[in-house]
This record gives sequence, structure tokens and C-alpha cells, in this order.
Amino acid sequence: MSDINTIQNEIIEEFEILGDDKESTIYYIMELGEKLVAYPENERTEDNIIKGCQSKVWLTTAYENDTVIFLADSNTDITKGLISLLIRVYSGKKPDDIINSDLYFIDKIGMGNIIGSQRSNGLAAMIKQMKRYALAYQTKSKAL
Amino acid sequence: MRLDIQHIRELFPILHQEVNGKPLVYLDNAATTQKPKQVIDALVNYYELDNSNIHRGAHTLADRATRYYENTRTSIKAFVNALETEEIIFTKGTTESINLVAATFGRKFIGKGDEIIISTLEHHSNIVPWQLLCEEKGAVLKVIPINDEGEIIFEAFEKLLTEKTKLVSVVHVSNALGTINPVKAIIESAHKAGAKVLLDGAQSSSHFKVDVQELNCDFFAFSAHKIYGPTGMGVLYGKRELLEAIPPFQGGGEMIKEVTFEKTTFNDIPFKFEAGTPNIADVIAFDKALTFVNELGKENILMHEDTLLEYATDKLSTIKGFIPIGTAKEKVSVLSFLINGMHPFDVGMMLDAAGIAVRTGHHCTQPLMNRLNIEGTVRASFSVYNTMEEIDRLYDSIRKIAKLKNK
Ligand SMILES: Cc1ncc(COP(=O)(O)O)c(C=O)c1O
Repeated sequence: MSDINTIQNEIIEEFEILGDDKESTIYYIMELGEKLVAYPENERTEDNIIKGCQSKVWLTTAYENDTVIFLADSNTDITKGLISLLIRVYSGKKPDDIINSDLYFIDKIGMGNIIGSQRSNGLAAMIKQMKRYALAYQTKSKAL
Repeated sequence: MRLDIQHIRELFPILHQEVNGKPLVYLDNAATTQKPKQVIDALVNYYELDNSNIHRGAHTLADRATRYYENTRTSIKAFVNALETEEIIFTKGTTESINLVAATFGRKFIGKGDEIIISTLEHHSNIVPWQLLCEEKGAVLKVIPINDEGEIIFEAFEKLLTEKTKLVSVVHVSNALGTINPVKAIIESAHKAGAKVLLDGAQSSSHFKVDVQELNCDFFAFSAHKIYGPTGMGVLYGKRELLEAIPPFQGGGEMIKEVTFEKTTFNDIPFKFEAGTPNIADVIAFDKALTFVNELGKENILMHEDTLLEYATDKLSTIKGFIPIGTAKEKVSVLSFLINGMHPFDVGMMLDAAGIAVRTGHHCTQPLMNRLNIEGTVRASFSVYNTMEEIDRLYDSIRKIAKLKNK
């Protein structure tokens, strides 16, 4: 499996192909959301909602083969698209790699301009929560 | 009279720009309208030529600023047809005007067990001040229900009125749905029951002629920024005998007659309610916005906005998946809707990418959204400078967006 930065570079290339047209970029992000793996209904709980997002976002995890598996969903399609990017970068990665990662693709593709400040705050909240999960797994695995 | 919309557009510098590579289509007028050049110039002129503190200076600039400032009051008196200039109080906006009534009228006239009536259509700024007041006083807040079209159920309102009802505070035009409420009948019934009436005129004042004497409302609140004027400036109209009977709002300079440490006597209305140095520049600039509206003629503005609303409603209704929200018989300027299978946030964002500015979400009317069993809507709201071509642009974009989920 490719490492975090390889995937980030792939995403940057894909967005470069879309060019400057905001409309096609937004439609593309929505399309990405449609391909998101179905979220388990029993994990659609109040506890799994990420605070700080304007849209509703659910996030849950599993720990398999020393890697963190992320599953997430949202009530809005654009947010689903953003989630799918984060999952593509982080899911199946070791806690250490997630914690130490620098998510440069977000600035590089100009995400702030594309999604606006409110959604950018939501995106930041999502990333923080994913890192928090990674940290928890790291602590747990070290305690074992 | 038919307005020359292209000429009107020339007066609004902000409209002539591209957003996300497309010419801006501004359809968020219920949130705030854009400002014509005259208003912008008046702000600059004030600071460049007339700036000084009003009502107290003994010099020429202060005198000039005071005169311009008070001229706006006179214009507003005419704008809402108040009986006297003293009945016009300057505030920060509708929200502050309503809070002023809650803090003064409420303090004096609302007691334990008294009742205040609002409606399901209210903006949060006509809900929360009354909740706070009711909590403090042990008073009761009652809510007029609406039907599925977004209209007040008048018979239900009449049943809510009791001898304990002290105040009815309702929105004149709903910002979320555009519904025009039957305020004349509401005021008549409320008065028969011995209650006073406050109208939230944030949305009505920009669209049609408001005559506070003819309506016979006791208070009328509105914001300059929704009538082509600056932000941070609003109005509370109140009947003289009421304004004289209620205590001051805030304490400070301007609002006093004489201060000693033992006792302070208060200034006459309207100054009793205007403590501190006011928002002089914006008040002065608002006069230019009123002149703009008066010169075009409110009935002409309304005719144009009605034409736009009808055209937009008819055209967008042909789109598969288009769901209008709020279909009252009496409506003005607002088209709220959903697209089947899509979240309003997504629709708003896609429209923005196409250079079209709308509002999405609950529009500060969460209880109304709960009643309609929705989280929010997409709201396009029209103003005098909008064109049929802009609605065609809205239609083209919505059709493209709706197709994603409605094949
Ligand atoms: C119906 C209604 N009431 C009150 C307000 C509050 O006005 P302001 O924010 O200018 O005080 C608004 C503004 O959105 C409104 O539409």
C-alpha cells in the first residue's frame, strides 16, 4: 500500500487536471463522495458525530494489522467527498504515520478557496479527530 | 411605471464583478441588499467633510452633522408615515429594536403569568428576547401555528388571545418563506383583547409601503441594511404615549436631561432611548437609500420584484426534483426551495461555484424549519436590481444540479 505522501501527490495531480474551474472541481468532489464505502448503520450514533462541522459528519474506526481503518459519512455530498479524500490518505495507515503526517495536499489544491472558510473549519475538525483516534490506538498498542 | 433596471444596476458598483470566473448573480437580498453609489458616497463625504459629534457641539461642523442626522429621522417618519418625528428611534437594527422593546416595555408592563404571543414564522431575533423576558418575569410565551403552505392560522391566533395577553410580536413578512402576514387583522384582534403589537418589519419595509398609522401597530422594527442602506443602523417606531410611558433602554450621555448623584432626569423621546454617541455616518447615509427608494417608487419596485418572483417560481417549478417551500398566497420576493435528494448546503455551494449567491440553511428560523420537518432550504431572494436574465442563470444551474439526483 502506498504511503501517505504518495497518495497526497496523486490527489494533487488529479486536482491539477481539473484546472481552475471551481464548478467542475465541486462536481468532482461530489462524485468522490458517491464512491464512499457505506457507513455501518449501528455506528450512526450521537457519540460518533464530529463537533465543529456545519454538516453532520459521523466517524468511526477499527484497528486491523497495526493500522487504523476509518469509516465516515455525512448528510451532505460535498462533505462526503472531502471525507473520502481524507480516508483515502489515512485509512489503513499506522498510527505513527498518521500522527506525524503533514496534510499538505489541502493547501496545495487550494481547498480553502474551493470550499470556503466554514467548511474548511469542519475539515480541520475532521482531521483533528482522525489524529486523535490514531493517538489513542498508538497509546493502547504501546501499553500492550 | 416600468423601471429601467439596467440603469439602476449602474448605480451598484458591487454588482459588476466576476465571482468564481462568472458574472455575479446576487440573490441573497433578504439577508442584506447591496448599496447604491449615493449611499457609499454619503459615507465617504461624511467622514471627509462633516465628521463631528452631534447634538452638543457649538461649531459649524457639529451643527451640520446634527442637521443631516436629524434629516434622516424626518425621512424615516415619512417612509413609515409616523405621526411625529419623535416616534422614530435609531438603533443598530431590527434585533436591537426588538430587544429595546423587551427591555423597556417588558420591564414595565410584563409581569408574572402575563402572556406574549409570537408566530411559528419568527426569526430568532423575535423569539429569543421574549424567551429571556418570560424566564425573568415568569411570563408565558405562546406561538401561533401555521399551515403547510407557511401561512399563519388566524383562527388559532384568536384563540390564543386572552385578557392576560400583553403583547403580540409578529413578523410582517417571513424572511425564510416570503409569506406576508395578515397583520392588519392581527393588530385589530390584539387591540380588542387589550394587547399591544410589535411588527418585525425587517423584510416588509424594503418591499412595500408601510403605513404605521394605517396599520395602527404600536411598535415597528426594521434594519437599514435590508433597504439599500448601511449595516449597523436600524429603526424602532413606537407610538408616542407608549414611548413616554416606558423606561429608558441604556443609560449614558444624550439620554439625560440632568444628572446629579442623587437623581437623574431623562431626556424627551426619542433621545431618551439613544444613549451614547450614535452611528452618525450610517444614519446620514441611510437618507440617501431612502431617497433612492422614494425616487424609484415602492410600488414600482414591488411590481418588478413580483414579476421576478413569479417568473422564477414558474420556471424553476418545471425542473424535476424542485420542491418549493412556502407557497403562501400572499408572498413577496423570496423563493425558498429544496432539490430532491440533495442537501441545501451542497446546492448553495454549487450555485456559488457558478457565481450565484443564495442563502442556505435555517435562515435563523429553526422552529419554523422544525415545523416543516426540514433542516433548512435554499433561498433565492430578489431585489430591484435583479433581472430576468439572472433568473435564467439560476434556472440553468439548478437544472444541472437537480439532474445529478433526479434523472
Ligand atoms: C424577519 C427578520 N427579523 C429580524 C432580522 C434581524 O435583523 P438584523 O440582523 O438586521 O438585526 C432579520 C434579518 O435577517 C429578519 O429577516
